[in-house]
Amino acid sequence: MASNNDTFMGYRRENGRIGVRNHVIILPVDDISNAACEAVGNNIKGTMALPHAYGRLQFGEDLDLHFRTMIGTGANPNVAAVIVIGIEPHWTKTIVDGIAKTGKPVSGFSIEQHGDLETVAAAGRKAQEYVQWATELLREECGMSELWVSTKCGESDTTTGLGSCPTVGNMYDKLIPKGIYGCFGETSEITGAEHICEARAVSPEVGKKFMKTFNAYQDDVIEAHKVDDLSDSQPTKGNIEGGLTTIEEKALGNLEKIGRKCTYIDVLEPAEAPAKGAGLYYMDTSSAAAECVTLMAAAGYVVHTFPTGQGNIVGNPILPVIKISANPRTLRTMSEHIDLDVTGILKRKMTLDTAGDALIEMIRRTANGRNTCAETLGHREFVMTKLYRSA
Amino acid sequence: MSEPQFLVHSPKDNVGVIVIEGLRAGTDMLGVITEDDTSINLKAGHDIPIGHKIALTDLKDGDTIIKYGVDIGKMVANAAKGEHVHVHNLKTKRW
Repeated sequence: MASNNDTFMGYRRENGRIGVRNHVIILPVDDISNAACEAVGNNIKGTMALPHAYGRLQFGEDLDLHFRTMIGTGANPNVAAVIVIGIEPHWTKTIVDGIAKTGKPVSGFSIEQHGDLETVAAAGRKAQEYVQWATELLREECGMSELWVSTKCGESDTTTGLGSCPTVGNMYDKLIPKGIYGCFGETSEITGAEHICEARAVSPEVGKKFMKTFNAYQDDVIEAHKVDDLSDSQPTKGNIEGGLTTIEEKALGNLEKIGRKCTYIDVLEPAEAPAKGAGLYYMDTSSAAAECVTLMAAAGYVVHTFPTGQGNIVGNPILPVIKISANPRTLRTMSEHIDLDVTGILKRKMTLDTAGDALIEMIRRTANGRNTCAETLGHREFVMTKLYRSA
Repeated sequence: MSEPQFLVHSPKDNVGVIVIEGLRAGTDMLGVITEDDTSINLKAGHDIPIGHKIALTDLKDGDTIIKYGVDIGKMVANAAKGEHVHVHNLKTKRW
């Protein structure tokens, strides 16, 4: 185990990045290759197939996002090695070549002119080799400052704004100055607090970049597709059950996740890897939990902090998702989903400072290898963000 | 300090949040403003579920509601001090 509170035991990858898990993944390029990937995942123990719904006849920005998500997922340092399977060799190679830039083992297989069975046999042999190699890798001592920690909240209620979101904010206020990479997003859920979010940018230029992203979302998604307003989706039915009434109220609670002092240094496209050094980043994402967490995993984040009020249960195949809740009813009724109980904040028996320290310790334990509630319950939601219909 | 029944983010706010389960109308409540740790006493006007908001003053149709010290919407019906504030009497100004 790590020797003190500033270090943890992680996997140092070929490109220098630090992983906290050691997965060998079987990645389908497209929906119709899911079956072969799942067959390899069943045959070779210690691998994990990541089936998903898309990857055929996408084009333009939507195809770019698909490739970025696929390559980013394979490149994530929580992944030791990757088998990529697609229906045809060209897009398969695009993804293999993208992942190979990290230096990690990756091999591609395509199904046409081979069929599922021959592909599964060949990919299985390679997957077996990868598992036997990966299981001999050793964890080594790493600094907490080498972590990339993302955040997104879900099934929010008024207790998230009072307790679990400011707990994440307190953690970022402490760890961002130490040199970690952070990430928040959820463009629709900034609505009502967009000017507050703009003001938290490191510079007016970055703030303008955020507003451009925010306004594009309002114009291209909300204005283009709304029936009357968003009030049937934002706040959600779960939010309303939890006491949240308006989108502004929800947005203000959401923004508690970035603390009191942090400023974000850049605005990322969905699944875009941060490239301006250590610090906090804003990513343009949906507020739907599985889509958002999948994009942050694809950007390279290795631990995710997830405040919840009413009890969102989302997980991710490669990114451990730490759930934090301050709602005593949620702790009473669904404690198997909650990694960190901060109900003491509501009772005025726990300060935010104490809660933030408890979260940092839970991040450290998770990085050391402790499985999260979502991992033990088998939550592996891997959900691609789709920008528009395929051709 | 005894455990509060409701919390308020900012001294500017005109609503608070119930933080216990099973609150009954008529309960004499202790509230705490988290920003400056000051206390408020208030009688509950309704049974209010955990997480839901309570009026800290008499609120009239059209009044702006402040939470976190910021405008979160406007009243579309009245709520007396101590009564429940939610989707039946509070709406966003945006949509």
